[in-house]
Amino acid sequence: MSCEPWQCAEVSATKKANPITKPEVAVAMIKKAQRPILVVGSNAIERWMEGKELIEYLIDFARASKVPVVATAHMVGEFLKRGYEPAGFMSAMDIGNRLVDPEWQGIDGKGHPDLALFVGLPFYMEGLILSGLMHFAPELKTITLDNMYHPHASWSFPNGTLEEWASNLKVMTSKFEEEGGK
Amino acid sequence: MTSKNVHVKIEEMKTSTGLIKNLEVSIGKIVDDSWTEPMGPTPMPSLTALRDWDFKLLNRYKPFYMPACDLCCLCTYGKCDLTAGKRGACGLDMAAQSSRIVLLACCIGAATHTAHARHMVHHLIEKYGRRFPLDVGGLNVKVEAPVIRLVTGVKPATIGDLEEVLEYAEQQITQAVAVAHTGQEGNNLDFESKAFHVGMIDHVGMEVGDIAQVSTLGFPKAEPEAPLVSLGIGTVDTTKPVIMCIGHNVIPSVGIIDYMKDNNITDKLEVVGLCCTAHDITRYYNRGRIVGPISWQLRFIRGGFADVVVLDEQCVRTDAFDEARKVHAPVIAASEKNCMGFKNRTDDPADEIVSDLVSGKVAGVLILDPEKVGEVAVRVAQQIAPVRKKLKNLPELSEIIEQAKTCRQCNICQRSCPQDLKIPAAIKAAAEGNLAPLTDLYEYCIGCGRCEEACPIKLNIHSYIIKAGERFMMEETNYCRAGRGAIQDVEIRNVGSPIVLGEIPGILAVVGCSNYPKGGKDVYDICREFANRRYIVVTSGCSAMSAGSYKNAEGKTLYEEFPGGFEAGGVLNVGSCVANSHIAGAAIKVANIFAKRSLRGNYEEIADYIYNRLGAVGLAWGAYSQKAAAIAAGFWRLGIPVLVGPHGSKYRRMLLGREDKPEDWEVFDARTGNKVNVGPAPEHLFQTVETPQEAMVTIAKLCIRPNDTWKGRSIKLSHYVDLHKRLYGTMPQDLHLFVRTMADVPMTLKDEFAKILEAKGWKETVIPDPTLLPRMVRKIKE
Repeated sequence: MSCEPWQCAEVSATKKANPITKPEVAVAMIKKAQRPILVVGSNAIERWMEGKELIEYLIDFARASKVPVVATAHMVGEFLKRGYEPAGFMSAMDIGNRLVDPEWQGIDGKGHPDLALFVGLPFYMEGLILSGLMHFAPELKTITLDNMYHPHASWSFPNGTLEEWASNLKVMTSKFEEEGGK
Repeated sequence: MTSKNVHVKIEEMKTSTGLIKNLEVSIGKIVDDSWTEPMGPTPMPSLTALRDWDFKLLNRYKPFYMPACDLCCLCTYGKCDLTAGKRGACGLDMAAQSSRIVLLACCIGAATHTAHARHMVHHLIEKYGRRFPLDVGGLNVKVEAPVIRLVTGVKPATIGDLEEVLEYAEQQITQAVAVAHTGQEGNNLDFESKAFHVGMIDHVGMEVGDIAQVSTLGFPKAEPEAPLVSLGIGTVDTTKPVIMCIGHNVIPSVGIIDYMKDNNITDKLEVVGLCCTAHDITRYYNRGRIVGPISWQLRFIRGGFADVVVLDEQCVRTDAFDEARKVHAPVIAASEKNCMGFKNRTDDPADEIVSDLVSGKVAGVLILDPEKVGEVAVRVAQQIAPVRKKLKNLPELSEIIEQAKTCRQCNICQRSCPQDLKIPAAIKAAAEGNLAPLTDLYEYCIGCGRCEEACPIKLNIHSYIIKAGERFMMEETNYCRAGRGAIQDVEIRNVGSPIVLGEIPGILAVVGCSNYPKGGKDVYDICREFANRRYIVVTSGCSAMSAGSYKNAEGKTLYEEFPGGFEAGGVLNVGSCVANSHIAGAAIKVANIFAKRSLRGNYEEIADYIYNRLGAVGLAWGAYSQKAAAIAAGFWRLGIPVLVGPHGSKYRRMLLGREDKPEDWEVFDARTGNKVNVGPAPEHLFQTVETPQEAMVTIAKLCIRPNDTWKGRSIKLSHYVDLHKRLYGTMPQDLHLFVRTMADVPMTLKDEFAKILEAKGWKETVIPDPTLLPRMVRKIKE
């Protein structure tokens, strides 16, 4: 596994995401957060692992962890089709823009998120939004659950194979299932 | 015409009082103000003249910055780390630095269009004289230059009148570039305001360029039924010598076509174009062919179709010469802005240049005389074609299979691909004899060639993709409508009322480049969806080509399926990049011709009208360039929202409204002076959308305007809800923000709306006569 940016030219500057060496680390960080959200992009229905779509893994993860999901693009319909209702849906730019506003009180209106998990956006879009958050929401922690290293996140999984990605998501889900969510 | 310079020179004159010799008299300016419309408050606005208007918009649509780089490297104090609130050595923070980059991009774009226009005007004055009358649509177009009239207060009558306009534009661009110097602006919103200013100037430059060429070169003049022209490499007779022109400035291509006409050999050669030059070739010459958008340069040069490649300016691959040399196609650079390192042969005899290119003594030349370009290109193509047609340019399939076996599967090609295409898997399959996965990449590849640059063993990956997709390439036989230019005044009169009242649900302008996330089919699908919904669909540039590159079940392209008029359900191609000014011009003309608002130097009032009343949205699904940034900025200042596809996020700054902040959405009711909350209409000024589905839903929503009548709002909401339900699988949750009275609710959706309105605690409000400008209030509230 490599901690080079998945897209070669997307090099970081003075800050670089901490690598998540094993999924248990991500689980611990999510548990520690008071108000996490999970932002899911359109690649959720474009990526397949072991005969199963990414969105299916994410639904399992969201159900187990109880982390509220914000679906971007047209993903809300894809979640609903699969029997899962996300906490909210809006464009990727809108959720990024809200996260840099310290007065925004979250999807449920109860408080600003302190941790934003991202997965399944086009790599470059996700990278840019993470950069925006790094610069303009310095209190917010960000984690990517992709199998591509994102240098602008606070924490990122390294570049990995589809098998490793599936394994990471399954381990995280099972950890939350064992412990009854966050 | 409003003014002109006069210079009188008398070499010798005998009079009753004596002899006058060598008398020269210069008068700086004579004002000929036959245009009776009174001058508005802001003719030829300075950098700050419209700052208040910009700030009204920027306070609603606050910038969301996504820096592509954490550093500033523009002066020798740097590099400075601007991460997370740090300031650089000059005191600048990341918000200001990001907006500075936006400004610079817009300046580059505006300078490019304006320099193009300057070259065009200079050349056309030389050829046709300063007094050549402007005519963009005969009696059908009285408002010949709406952008110029609005911004500068000048009503140009001749090509010579455009020089004064260009002087103003060039001056403003220089001022704006200066703003980006270290130690000038430090506030991000001031940078943004200047980006808007330069965007406005960009539309002036574009309008100058297009009305000059439309007036002089015999292009279609605001014709709804402009001819259908051939589109796609499959339409080219490659048994003939082929001259391929790439870029945006049609003047060298005109030289080629004129030479062919003068020598009666138009049936002996093919002249084809890539990118906007292609549009303008077909506006000039109905036997011209559009082979495709900008991103396919590599595809068509490597395919070896061109016997001679002629490069003019803008968006030309800087390695076009290297690529052409690989397929033994001589290159002629024809623009001062793009000399390619070639020797300037402008003053050499044509015979000598032809001989050098045909013999291979030189592979490329710079010729800055368009007529000489024409003669040399044609003669070289004729002489070299018989030899070139025997060459093999792309690898054989068997070679691909053998070379694919050497692939190390290092993944660097995929990691360098902007589309994240699964190239390693396709190469692996090819090594096993299965070329289908490579063929599948053909539609999605945007032709940048980064995969090859990255490959450690230098596999010619892009050539493999072209070869694997060769059959599709040769089947590209479609139609585009030749760029029609302006919108007629009578068309504006016909649709003005239904647009402003909302009964035509919107105007969708699908414009810009071809850096698409998944091929051009999305552009076709989006255009078709909205044409079928009776929106007015306007196209331009590479998007206009992509819109014409697919067919319906009956085998018809969009331009054959839908009428070309500015009307409900029309699909009209205005033309090349510079013709984008006609889209802004149409919006301005609605305010002027339909609503009788004064145009002359009256920018703020017209923009306020457009913003509050005209349901227009721009979509640049594959925008990539600085010119596209400038074009967008021109639309923002007019209050017209622009969407970009996913790659557009790399413009690094969005202008986003907040529907959850009701305090942001108040306007004045011009009738009463009361402040009225009109909801987020339109919600955003500049936004990236991730998928075509999201684009379609967002377009429908962004066409909503405060001025909609209940009937118009009901129609717009019907489309928004219908698309949302179909593509998002659920009802929108923000409908309460767009319903003012129950009459706004579509009849067939009353029950579904009622549930949402009740849950959201909706309350009825009024439909105002909306304005953001206090001076437009007719009754001052006590």
